Amino acid sequence: MPTISRDEVAHLARLARLAVTEEELALFAGQLDVILTSVARVSEVAVEDIPPTSHAIGLEDVFRDDVPRPGLTQQQALSGAYATEDGRFRVPRILDES
Amino acid sequence: MTGLTQLSAAELAGRIHRRETSAVEVTQAYLDRIGAVDTAVRAFLHTDADGALAAATAVDQSLQRGDAPVSLLAGVPLALKDVFTTVDMPTTCGSRILQGWRPPYDATVTRRLREAGVVILGKTNMDEFAMGSSTENSAYGPTRNPWDLDRVPGGSGGGSAAAVAAFEAPLAVGTDTGGSIRQPSAVTGTVGVKPTYGGVSRYGLVAFSSSLDQGGPVTRTVLDAALLHEVIGGHDPLDSTSIDAPVPPVVAAARAGATGELAGVRIGVVSEFRGEGYQPGVLRAFETAVDRLRDLGAAVVEVSCPAFDHALPAYYLIAPSECSSNLARFDGMRYGLRCGDDGTRSAEEVMSLTREAGFGPEVKRRIMLGTYALSAGYYDAYYGQAQKVRTLIIRDFAAAFEQADVLISPTTPTTAFRLGERVDDPLAMYLSDLCTIPSNLAGNAALSVPAGLSDDDGLPVGLQVMAPAMADDRAYRVAAAYEAARDAADGGPLWCRVPDLEAVSR
Repeated sequence: MPTISRDEVAHLARLARLAVTEEELALFAGQLDVILTSVARVSEVAVEDIPPTSHAIGLEDVFRDDVPRPGLTQQQALSGAYATEDGRFRVPRILDES
Repeated sequence: MTGLTQLSAAELAGRIHRRETSAVEVTQAYLDRIGAVDTAVRAFLHTDADGALAAATAVDQSLQRGDAPVSLLAGVPLALKDVFTTVDMPTTCGSRILQGWRPPYDATVTRRLREAGVVILGKTNMDEFAMGSSTENSAYGPTRNPWDLDRVPGGSGGGSAAAVAAFEAPLAVGTDTGGSIRQPSAVTGTVGVKPTYGGVSRYGLVAFSSSLDQGGPVTRTVLDAALLHEVIGGHDPLDSTSIDAPVPPVVAAARAGATGELAGVRIGVVSEFRGEGYQPGVLRAFETAVDRLRDLGAAVVEVSCPAFDHALPAYYLIAPSECSSNLARFDGMRYGLRCGDDGTRSAEEVMSLTREAGFGPEVKRRIMLGTYALSAGYYDAYYGQAQKVRTLIIRDFAAAFEQADVLISPTTPTTAFRLGERVDDPLAMYLSDLCTIPSNLAGNAALSVPAGLSDDDGLPVGLQVMAPAMADDRAYRVAAAYEAARDAADGGPLWCRVPDLEAVSR
């Protein structure tokens, strides 16, 4: 069924925040097309009236007693950060002005 | 290679606890073995000799004081897949994006191992974020199969399986999302268990596909796997999908299986997992295993699970979808790699550049596949449909378990393939997990136990034993009985026949 174009792959990469190269676009377009054509077989299965399963074991809401327990210290939380300032994560500007 | 590294974990623990040897001596023997062969095998991404010897010393001191061993595995070394967080070692998930990352907390599995006195030797190699079937997707280079260094050790947990097969550790922990414990075990001649989903805590297991990921043991014997299962398994309030029930009695089942017959046990052969695409030698080894189970008194029946034919496509929609969401956390802001932060670029641009540089091709493919499957207009046809197929697979399992106590199949359609053989063909790579995926989608327990060597290439074959959810003990009982019968018939365990790697490495 699917044939996925290079432009569609570029769009997916943008949505997924992947700055893929031109060479990758060509490679991935071909590979994703093969994979999608194969997995599209699921749409041939007759599943009217079949409920979807999102989780194999019947998952219900799990509650716990509302008691405080220690989390990470500020120092631990920041320990893997690329850049910090005044005890906080330092990040690039978040608004794109262009 | 000293005799110590050839012993099972159960035997090592016995000797350590009886003070016939020390945990330090055992740990040193394994560290020496790693030093001798890991340049060839490359099972480890990181080893911590000082930390391991300190943990072993603590066990020895406690025993010397006359304390009872803190667990049945106290003092026994272990190799931990690099997807579990460890405060004292890096956790990279085989990815550049987490190169050198030191987590600020231990995974529950890590904590339980430490509390049980298990000595963690280091972290093992894996396909990046556990996506792959050959360990070739690791950013740090592939691991090699100890049976043939030109072949893959399977994946994603190739490092854990290779470490155990190469006598670099008697025990390892892996994770299994679509077969990443069982398939490497099959192709390296080791025992690998995917417990019932929710049986082992996922807290601190870096998430790939949260509804499928499950940690479990990798060992050389069924009993060792059971002993490790009981150490790492059990309810964890920090994982809300963890099952709040006692661990199934897997150690008792493994012990009973090893001495008992299988009279009265009904074993179902899954008819969908034979035929085209299966290596003839693998099928012959499987048939021999079926005969052996019949000789043990089991009633072998044929069961059909037609929805299993759709498991692979359903998996490759569900797992990438969950992966595209889970891996969104790697944004270069709070931990891990950051690229292109030159003071002018926006957070979004920096994030895209970071992920481009930090992720390998398979991870990118799966993120994009998941992004596609979840996009408006495709959701119902792909992700929604795959979730319904998942229901059909669960129903097929339920019907099959009416007719049989356990189900069996080959673990993987072929023996270990050559390095490079499938890297450029993702679909061929995905076929490695054909037989293992249904149990991930249905959440039930499944394991792989060595079933001898394929007569066409002399490489290990795995027998997969699947049991209903929370009946993990059934799979252990059958596997232990089969293992004992196979060893008796073959004149010793399969792992005795692993090539002499120290000769190869020299």
